[in-house]
Amino acid sequence: MAKKLDKVDVVIVGVGWAGGIVSAEMAKAGKKVVALERGEHKKRSDYIGVKDELRFDNRYQIMQDLSGETITSRNNIDETALPVRTRTNMQVGTDLGGGSVHWAGATYRYWPYEFEIRSQTIDRYGEDKIPEDMNLQDWGITYEEMEKYYDKWEKTAGISGEQDPLAPERENPWPTPPLKETPGLKLFKEAAKNLDLHPFQIAAGNLSEQYENPDGQTINACMYCSFCTRHGCDFGAKSDPLQTVIPTALEHDNYELRTRAYVRRVLYDDDNKKATGVMYVDERTGEEFEQPADVVVLSGFAFTNNRLLMLSDIGEQYDPETREGIIGRNFNGQYNSAFNGSKGFFEDKKFNLYMGAGALGAAVNDYAADNFDHADLDFIGGGAIELRQYGFGAISSSNNVPKDTPSWGAQYKEDSLHYAYRTLQIWYSPLAMSYWHNYLDLDPTYKDEYGDPLLRATYKFGDQERNIAKFGVERCHEIMEEMGADIIEDDEVPEEFDHSFTGGHYTGGVVMGDDPETSAVNNYLQMWDVDNLFVVGGSAFPQFGGHHPTPTIGALAYRAAEGIEKYMDDGGQLAEAKRQTQKA
Amino acid sequence: MANNGPVNNKDKQANDKKDVSRRQFLKNSGYAAGGVVGGALLGGLISNPFQTEETAGTDENTQAKEPLQEARTFFSRSEDFQTLAAATERIYPENENGPGAIELGVPYFIDKQLAGFWGSNSRDYTKGPFDPKASDTHGFQSKLNRGEMFLVGLRRMQEVSQEQHEEEFFDLDGEAQDDILVSFESGDVGVTGMRSETFFELLRQTTIEGVYSDPAYGGNKDMQGWEMMEYPGPRMGWMDDIEAEDFVSKAPKSLRSYQGGGL
Ligand SMILES: Cc1cc2nc3c(=O)[nH]c(=O)nc-3n(C[C@H](O)[C@H](O)[C@H](O)COP(=O)(O)OP(=O)(O)OC[C@H]3O[C@@H](n4cnc5c(N)ncnc54)[C@H](O)[C@@H]3O)c2cc1C
Ligand code: SF4
Repeated sequence: MAKKLDKVDVVIVGVGWAGGIVSAEMAKAGKKVVALERGEHKKRSDYIGVKDELRFDNRYQIMQDLSGETITSRNNIDETALPVRTRTNMQVGTDLGGGSVHWAGATYRYWPYEFEIRSQTIDRYGEDKIPEDMNLQDWGITYEEMEKYYDKWEKTAGISGEQDPLAPERENPWPTPPLKETPGLKLFKEAAKNLDLHPFQIAAGNLSEQYENPDGQTINACMYCSFCTRHGCDFGAKSDPLQTVIPTALEHDNYELRTRAYVRRVLYDDDNKKATGVMYVDERTGEEFEQPADVVVLSGFAFTNNRLLMLSDIGEQYDPETREGIIGRNFNGQYNSAFNGSKGFFEDKKFNLYMGAGALGAAVNDYAADNFDHADLDFIGGGAIELRQYGFGAISSSNNVPKDTPSWGAQYKEDSLHYAYRTLQIWYSPLAMSYWHNYLDLDPTYKDEYGDPLLRATYKFGDQERNIAKFGVERCHEIMEEMGADIIEDDEVPEEFDHSFTGGHYTGGVVMGDDPETSAVNNYLQMWDVDNLFVVGGSAFPQFGGHHPTPTIGALAYRAAEGIEKYMDDGGQLAEAKRQTQKA
Repeated sequence: MANNGPVNNKDKQANDKKDVSRRQFLKNSGYAAGGVVGGALLGGLISNPFQTEETAGTDENTQAKEPLQEARTFFSRSEDFQTLAAATERIYPENENGPGAIELGVPYFIDKQLAGFWGSNSRDYTKGPFDPKASDTHGFQSKLNRGEMFLVGLRRMQEVSQEQHEEEFFDLDGEAQDDILVSFESGDVGVTGMRSETFFELLRQTTIEGVYSDPAYGGNKDMQGWEMMEYPGPRMGWMDDIEAEDFVSKAPKSLRSYQGGGL
């Protein structure tokens, strides 16, 4: 039997950006909070002096240990799903701070159009523009409403940015100036300008100068050390929860953090339609505990948020046959149809590509959102075109060879040494849509270390995914040509999703909206039918926007924190349900 | 390329850039042995090289420099290790650009990797059922762990070599070795419990990792892999250089010096 602990005001499951933000806000508000994190209690000093490409980029030290739990994956409803067995194909954060510690830092807000994508598409192009199999949904919140939450997250994170000439006006400037410009970025920007596009420096969670955030936490200036993405920052210069919201929460005695605490169930009272707490295992001892709470917050990344609801039998599981049910519906994200583009090999230029930072880069948004006319195009929406200078290690740089170079042997050696620093990649990061045939449920075969079923992803591309990627590759090619590369190689757009869950951009399944028939949570991320259960994170995205997800996750977490406080004061549903015309 | 090794190697030693390492010796005797010295003799040479012919050219000094941290800790049969070494050398051969996989310590790097968590897939999902051939796109699906895959794969390479040439894989000339590697790479060889291309990719990737990972892991000997690529290794940061128009070339430093050395 699980040992029952004393009841608290709020229990939080998972402490990345989402759980960290709710932690800090609840702690500041004086609530009695327990936060449960399955991973180790990592500190800044765990990431000092460990600049090691093999350990982090190739062996994924910082990612979830899959021996206990992974997901299974398939393309079609009638296929048998197979487990995603290695961390090469499955990159999910674990340990205190989660994936939010090893993120690169690329920071984009979603566009006003993207929050109202269904209504605006119908307004501009007519309902026929939306393919029949696509679940295209408005978010139940507008950009105008989101602005102040974006602003708050950006200030907490101290983001270093430059105003994108095409983006909507911001209420406040970026908290810190943009990162430095390298010769490669200059070349990209000049080429883009020659093509009448509007380049700008990407807003970055790697800070251009030392900064103190409104909670009093200091983030240092980035050293451009290159050991950034998939690593923790050596210098406390990458904005992450370990540098910001977690220390803020820990300053309060009413906040308690328990690590190695793996949550297995949300406890649920079906009669009252209330969550009563959670059940977790102390992974060091194997003991089970019941943590009762007035409010339960799930912030364990999209996979865990979905799986815990399913294992706990809360909400109705989506069924693709009947197209009814809501949990697991609209599973989406940027898989391998995103990040396709054009690679350029330069004979006369050698760039210092071993120098860099996670979000050091330049972009254009001319082909993002609805910034260009889609009347004659066979897709909806768009994305940013980016050139990033991550700063590559030697193993990674050895991959920089043209396609006709063999992948091993003397010629490979010769070419890889020659092109290691002469290769630039630009890519398009388009939005990713939801379809009736893409969803999450529990796998009938494969189990975790405690005997609970794994989460199963069923995901295949729609035509949109291939069409938009092809369009993006062509645009990238034009820029690369203008940049003067001697050899240009365009990425091949994959025909189908290959079950490789890299890059951490998977979302959906517990989506937000204003219609309970097509959404599981309202725009405070409060469950429609369980008032004291908030599901925070990318699980709320009805479809994936044309940019990286984290700023929107951060902003929504601030919105949810506001909602939780409101709920604790007044109780009840915080939003009024609206009926949309769209059928699920 | 590697078959004209002896000449190149001699030139190299004449230039006296490097110590006569055990691997260098191994490789030379391997080449010299091609078709001349039998497997048994070679085996004897390998288990104790410095007590045979080479002893003449081996003084106290060289022995003192013998890298004692290099010994097999995963592979038990030396034939497996020799096959591995020969294969890695074909994947990353010594040539005018610099040393190849053997001189860079790649076989020992792989041996160490397989002895650790990665070799036993202890942080991967390893529960059944398994069906390694069910799908082209689901990545690793083998019941075998990486260590077992290496053993099974390398032994299959030895078998194929015997079937086709009646010789050990490591005694074949480079072209014949390449042909066998290509047949694995293209998925044409039946291997128990996995796909041959999965094994080849594992071998290829691990070889490249051994060339370019920090010397802390036993490969990239003396940072020569990084030197060839002009990769500087881990540094504090590039704040002052990041805007430089020209390529900045610095002699590499390792994780050990980044961490301050010491102890
Ligand atoms: C390599 C990489 C690079 C990225 N770069 C960018 C980028 O440049 N820009 C961008 O916008 N996004 C980027 N991302 C995505 C970004 O990391 C995520 O969007 C973000 O971290 C999500 O935050 P979160 O709080 O929802 O989840 P996480 O930060 O993953 O936090 C979830 C936490 O919950 C814990 N948890 C999970 N299950 C349980 C359980 N059962 N019990 C207890 N605890 C649990 C986890 O251990 C984890 O600590 C990147 C991701 C990766 C992998
Ligand atoms: S590049 Fe900058 S932000 Fe990234 S790890 Fe290095 S110092 Fe930190």
